[in-house]
Amino acid sequence: MNCIVLGATKGMGRAVSRALVARGDRLCLLGRNQEDLNRTAQDLHVRGELTTAPETLLCDLGDPDTFSTVLDAAVTALGGVDLMVVTAAVFATQDGLDQDPGLARRLMQTNFVNTIEYCEHASQLLLSNGGGTLCVFSSVAGDRGRASARIYGSAKAGLSTYLEALDHRYRRQGLRVLCVKPGFIRTSMTAGLPPPPFAGNADDVAGRVIRAIDRGDSVVYAPAIWRWIMLVIRLLPRFIMRRSNF
Amino acid sequence: MSEQLISGWGRVGVVGQQISSDDLFGLTQDVSLCRGLGRSYGDSSLPASPGMRVACTTLADRLLHFDPSNGRLRVESGVSLRTLVRLLLPRGWFVPVTPGTSDVTVGGMVAADVHGKNHHIDGCFGSYVDELLVRVADGRVITCGPANEPDLFWATIGGMGLTGHILEVTFRMSRIPSPWITAESVRLDGIDTLLDELHQSSSEWPFTVAWVDGLAAGTKLGRGIVYKGRWSEQTFGRGSPMEPNRVPAVPFDLPHWALNRWSVGRFNDGIYLNHGSRTRAYMQSPYEFFYPLDSIGNWNRVYGRRGFTQYQCVIPERHGQEGMRQLLQYLSEKHANAFLCVIKNCGDEGHGMLSFPLSGMSAAIDLPIDRDTQGLVDFFNEWAIGLGGRIYLAKDAFTRAEHFKVMEPRLPQWESVRRQWDPAHRIRSAQSVRIFGDPE
Repeated sequence: MNCIVLGATKGMGRAVSRALVARGDRLCLLGRNQEDLNRTAQDLHVRGELTTAPETLLCDLGDPDTFSTVLDAAVTALGGVDLMVVTAAVFATQDGLDQDPGLARRLMQTNFVNTIEYCEHASQLLLSNGGGTLCVFSSVAGDRGRASARIYGSAKAGLSTYLEALDHRYRRQGLRVLCVKPGFIRTSMTAGLPPPPFAGNADDVAGRVIRAIDRGDSVVYAPAIWRWIMLVIRLLPRFIMRRSNF
Repeated sequence: MSEQLISGWGRVGVVGQQISSDDLFGLTQDVSLCRGLGRSYGDSSLPASPGMRVACTTLADRLLHFDPSNGRLRVESGVSLRTLVRLLLPRGWFVPVTPGTSDVTVGGMVAADVHGKNHHIDGCFGSYVDELLVRVADGRVITCGPANEPDLFWATIGGMGLTGHILEVTFRMSRIPSPWITAESVRLDGIDTLLDELHQSSSEWPFTVAWVDGLAAGTKLGRGIVYKGRWSEQTFGRGSPMEPNRVPAVPFDLPHWALNRWSVGRFNDGIYLNHGSRTRAYMQSPYEFFYPLDSIGNWNRVYGRRGFTQYQCVIPERHGQEGMRQLLQYLSEKHANAFLCVIKNCGDEGHGMLSFPLSGMSAAIDLPIDRDTQGLVDFFNEWAIGLGGRIYLAKDAFTRAEHFKVMEPRLPQWESVRRQWDPAHRIRSAQSVRIFGDPE
């Protein structure tokens, strides 16, 4: 498969890229920092025993004007595309966002508006290449309104709803949309936060995501236990959610 | 940033801040110490004082270059040995030197200048390192190697991360004829025959080690099993060995009385009797041969909350055999709970200024921590000093500064290099406060 991964240099994007390379897929890596992209491309080169390192292109989710040019260049570099993965996003705790309204605005803009704009370009490209899979990392934080993730969670909720709609719209034309909902995963994004029970690691998420891509699923929780945790949380009545601190 | 209990493998911790990132260059700008997977037993990787900030490197795990023509590999220092084995064993490469667990980072292997079952012929890991990228205390990032800033390089090999933060490591992997080990083991009924066997087999086998029943006394003193191995030339049609599934981790701390002389004695009897008196020959996967305990997650929990330490010392060749006999005798006389005891013969001293092994015999003994531990370690240190021996910092939590000073004639040289790069000792650990007198 030809894959374009936005956010490949860090955390779950890095883990998914490694898993794709390990099974022989061809990658084009998109990210914000060229040096970081080069190092990740080298890592995939060594790990995957590739003849050459994967292509890299600069792409910033904060700059939507560049999306179509970069994506066209990525498809040209690969000679087609079957899978697009989006793991990039802005992350901040609610405390951090409360103290910095500018960051809150940037988070909503990036994680909701710009990500959707990116997905619009990506889905059209996949459709014009005969279909494929668009795999986007949302979050369990979007499954329920929680006091501790007011802004981040609502942006992810909006993204999850968009991805469901996109899947309904184009599945018959051959575009499969997979919404990934990771629970707490130990990566650089969550470094410094106290890990809750059932914290997972990026490699396990990657394995599960790739199985979901192969099966054509539209939603996947990772690690698997989070599906059941979130089922319970979604069923909790409001008065309990209101009293809980989480 | 929340504070948390940071501890080594021996489970005795310090409260501190641990930060983590996949960007080592950014991460190491303002930290007092780097730590990897926390497999050093004592306080080597712990913050110098409660509340101090240390960096965890394990997210920095990229392989940056590999040359299959000569095995040269450049990695970010947080990559684990487990990852390297998983990726490179099937391609016919293995690390030139491996410790007894694969849950260590390459940065940690450099900092402790680890040794393995092949020390008697191949030396320490540091001998295979070509280049290091180190962030020194003033913030500069220095490239060093045997020909480039050699003092910084050899002070960092075995320097317990105290000369600078290790960011990248370039070293040589070894070509192996197959991914399997031809192994042999033989049971010996006493210390003299055991040490003779270990000595003799070392001329024929690249990997040797002896397990000793540390609780056996009297005529059984020093009974044990000598394990030997070499890379198989033939695989008899076998493919690459699978990494064993991890059996479920020890799920909780065992109560402190669970491991006692009786239970461990029966366990040791089991290992000893089960082996049988005949020499056994078999083919084994390197996972089983090198890392027998890695398949049990958190096995250190069997020691319970009080934690444990490992006393590891090396005694020079001229006193080696006699030293091992005395050590076991003392353990028996003092009724020390020596629950795991491993003896290994070592080859020549490496170039690392504080590198542990020297030509002679090394013994490693797991001891649950109790109120006698400090006294026991003091006693053995004084005994080791008398024989010209020294201890391994990566295992240590109890050695006194004055003892280490006497054991380590190379210390002033190392300290002068360290002073040159870090006059204020900004990079420090709980261990360096204890042993080198750094400020808290």
